Amino acid sequence: MTILSVAGLRKSFGGVQAVTDVSFTVAPGEMLALIGPNGAGKSTCFNMLNGQIRPDAGTIHLGPLDITGLPPRRVARQGVGRTFQITATFASMTVRENVQLAFLAHHRRIWHLLRPLAAQYRAEADTLLDRLDMLPQADRAAGILAYGDLKRLELAVALAGQPRLLLMDEPTAGMAPAERVALMRLARDLATTTGLAILFTEHDMDVVFGTADRILVLNRGALIAAGDAAAIRANHAVRAVYLGSGTTTGGH
Amino acid sequence: MSALLVQLLTGLSGASSLFLVAAGLTVIFGVTRVVNFSHGSLTMLGAYIGWSVLTRLPRGPEWFILGIVLTALIAAALGALLETLLLRRIYRAPELLQLLFTFGIVLVVQDATLWLWGPNDLPLPRAPWLRSFVSIAGERVPLYDLILIAIGPLVLAALWLLFTRTRWGTLVRAATEDRDMVAALGVDQKRLFTTVFALGAGLAGMGGALALPDASANLQIDLNIITDAFVVVVVGGLGSLPGAFLASLLIGVLQSFGIVLLPQATLVLVFVIMAAVLVIRPNGLLGRAQSTARGEAHAFALVRPAAPVLRRLGLAALLLAACAPLIAGPFLLSVLTEMLIALLFAASLHFMMGPGGMASFGHAAWFGIGAYAAAFAVKGLALGMGAGLLLAPLIAGLAAALFGWFVVRLSGVYLAMLTLAFAQIVWAALFQAVEITGGDNGILGVWPPPWAADRRVFYWLTLLLCIASALLLRRILYAPFGYALRATRDSERRAEAIGLHAVHIRLAAFTLAGAAAGLAGGLSAFSKGSVFPNFISISRSVDGLLMVLLGGVQSIAGPIVGAIAYTGLFDLLLLATDQWRAVLGLAIITLVLAFPHGIAGSIHRLWLRGREA
Ligand SMILES: Nc1ncnc2c1ncn2[C@@H]1O[C@H](COP(=O)(O)OP(=O)(O)O)[C@@H](O)[C@H]1O
Ligand SMILES: [Mg+2]
Repeated sequence: MTILSVAGLRKSFGGVQAVTDVSFTVAPGEMLALIGPNGAGKSTCFNMLNGQIRPDAGTIHLGPLDITGLPPRRVARQGVGRTFQITATFASMTVRENVQLAFLAHHRRIWHLLRPLAAQYRAEADTLLDRLDMLPQADRAAGILAYGDLKRLELAVALAGQPRLLLMDEPTAGMAPAERVALMRLARDLATTTGLAILFTEHDMDVVFGTADRILVLNRGALIAAGDAAAIRANHAVRAVYLGSGTTTGGH
Repeated sequence: MSALLVQLLTGLSGASSLFLVAAGLTVIFGVTRVVNFSHGSLTMLGAYIGWSVLTRLPRGPEWFILGIVLTALIAAALGALLETLLLRRIYRAPELLQLLFTFGIVLVVQDATLWLWGPNDLPLPRAPWLRSFVSIAGERVPLYDLILIAIGPLVLAALWLLFTRTRWGTLVRAATEDRDMVAALGVDQKRLFTTVFALGAGLAGMGGALALPDASANLQIDLNIITDAFVVVVVGGLGSLPGAFLASLLIGVLQSFGIVLLPQATLVLVFVIMAAVLVIRPNGLLGRAQSTARGEAHAFALVRPAAPVLRRLGLAALLLAACAPLIAGPFLLSVLTEMLIALLFAASLHFMMGPGGMASFGHAAWFGIGAYAAAFAVKGLALGMGAGLLLAPLIAGLAAALFGWFVVRLSGVYLAMLTLAFAQIVWAALFQAVEITGGDNGILGVWPPPWAADRRVFYWLTLLLCIASALLLRRILYAPFGYALRATRDSERRAEAIGLHAVHIRLAAFTLAGAAAGLAGGLSAFSKGSVFPNFISISRSVDGLLMVLLGGVQSIAGPIVGAIAYTGLFDLLLLATDQWRAVLGLAIITLVLAFPHGIAGSIHRLWLRGREA
């Protein structure tokens, strides 16, 4: 059974082939890591998956539904949550309000003109923030958070939409090692207990090898390897890419 | 067939001087990223200076050419002066303040021109050669039209050579494409900007002078031409010269045919074309995408509910306002009534401009439509005041929804320009539809029924409606819809990623704001007893902007404080001086220079310096 199946995805910017013929599937409850050096096309893949940019070719199916070319809001309403490499939150709202608004959007309660937002989905928002250790910051403005906290807020906002598939672009950038481990453990928990499928990119290889069920390696837009941690570690092509680019911990 | 040809030639000749002005505007924008409202003032000055120069020279064609060139040079020098003295200081200010700043210059130039040349239109006595005709396909075509038609492509070619064949031109193109890169190359940016500004101003002045033989030097040129030039630049694509050329041909020809075929609908037609172009190509015919996405470049301050102290203060002020008729005389009461109307007008503009992030330069359109709807209900349909006050927000909201459908897809400068252009079109449409609106004479005798004829009763009614509507808008801002609106401003990317339909949300906000402004307009009609086209003047739109900016865009109580402060100041100003334009213009210029981050923004910074630093 698959929740996401991608076939023959392509995208080029001007002359640059950012993504060439990428195909893969994700099953419910699975954590799939997408790795590759800087500029490999990871973010471009994510942007096509959530409708931010339209692929030149290829199809994206969510379950049986073809979501290729749908705008981001329609993709979101089909149960796809995402976090961005460059975080995007609502700076003029508190942390809690960010999450409350995400709940309201998910439950289609946006068009209420009179009942103040303050009292709506407050408990739900606090529960979610507590799981992410963000409750002490609930009343702070999102615009002044530290980078790691912003990443966690984005995750909370994405989870408030009760997604079936979660796309996380570099979710632990800007976090201390202990925080990284805690965040990925939480993601693991969610995947196992709720069947949430998670596709993520990450440049910390310890995190990748420690949490992913399966790993896809992208280089210059093309998939060069796929498999579990052991297989990827042993893969010659992958070693060549990473050693060739002068690093053993991977790109960004 | 030949009548068609003549019309086409007339259109093309009109397009030429429009192109000169628009080319200047678009070149200046491309390099400095300032939308220069005062560009129209330079055109107007070009017309007046041209008049002064040409009437002193002999009548021969060679002297005419010399006079035009001289005028262009003087305008260029004025432009360089303007840039070095004033505009240079605001390159880093927010777009909206830049627009406001250059509008301050417009006001000052208007009073200066009035003072220098007097209030009368100054037609150019036409030399015989300017009146001669050429026979084409059996039709008499004015020679001067043909000359103008040739000038457009000639200037385009000259500019093209200048931009492609000279080092200076290469720098200008590089700066248009990437400002930071030029700064990094170590080019003397100041000189580049000044010379570009001089070029643009020279083109504007030349355009103004060249239009003289067909028209006259008058005080309406500045705002008339700037609206047309904005439309041309937006349709052609900001910063694109060939785009401006194409668009001015399109608009020029459209206008000349429109005047023959559908004189009432010409302006509407121009607008429809503009809207169609922008829907298909949001960056204009030949324009490029703006580099920063909406919202991503700004840091917005946190919005918190008012502190209890402020609430109590507001309540006290409201009680005081409710008791005012018991002590105030009729004059003060009418001032207070206007203040309340201004308050609702400002609150409605703030609604879309602050939380919605859509700064409108044509908010007076909805005010005016509301006022005319109310007046028409009473005088044309013989309905009562109640129906008038119901129709005012309804019709204004409807018009806002219709127009907003195009507007809310745009942002920043495009949005400001499009709203401005639309307000001008509504103004002209009301001006032209004499049978319904009385044209320049307006609609008179729009009085409240006997039960509300007493100034005090009408004041209470206004107080009730304005405060209730302003509070309703405020309540909406604290409801999920208000947050969703703010979300689309803070980060459109994130808003869409949680499933919000940004365009629909903005459109709803635009409509609500339009309806509220319409109610303010309806009340104003009954308060004044009449409506005139100047209900939709640009200066009323700018009044609204000033009120909101004075009070602070980010604070929800801001527009209310701003409206009260501004109407108070303005009434004093009107009582104290005839040169209110110059004084107001100078006040705007000074305010922007003193607070380049906006008044509220500057105070906010001071406040933060004391706390989180
Ligand atoms: N909007 C864009 N316009 C032009 N080129 C782009 C754009 N987005 C990405 N690219 C290019 O596509 C390639 C892949 O980029 P990206 O997907 O961001 O890589 P990654 O996330 O793996 O670091 C890079 O060469 C990048 O320069
Ligand atoms: Mg990336």
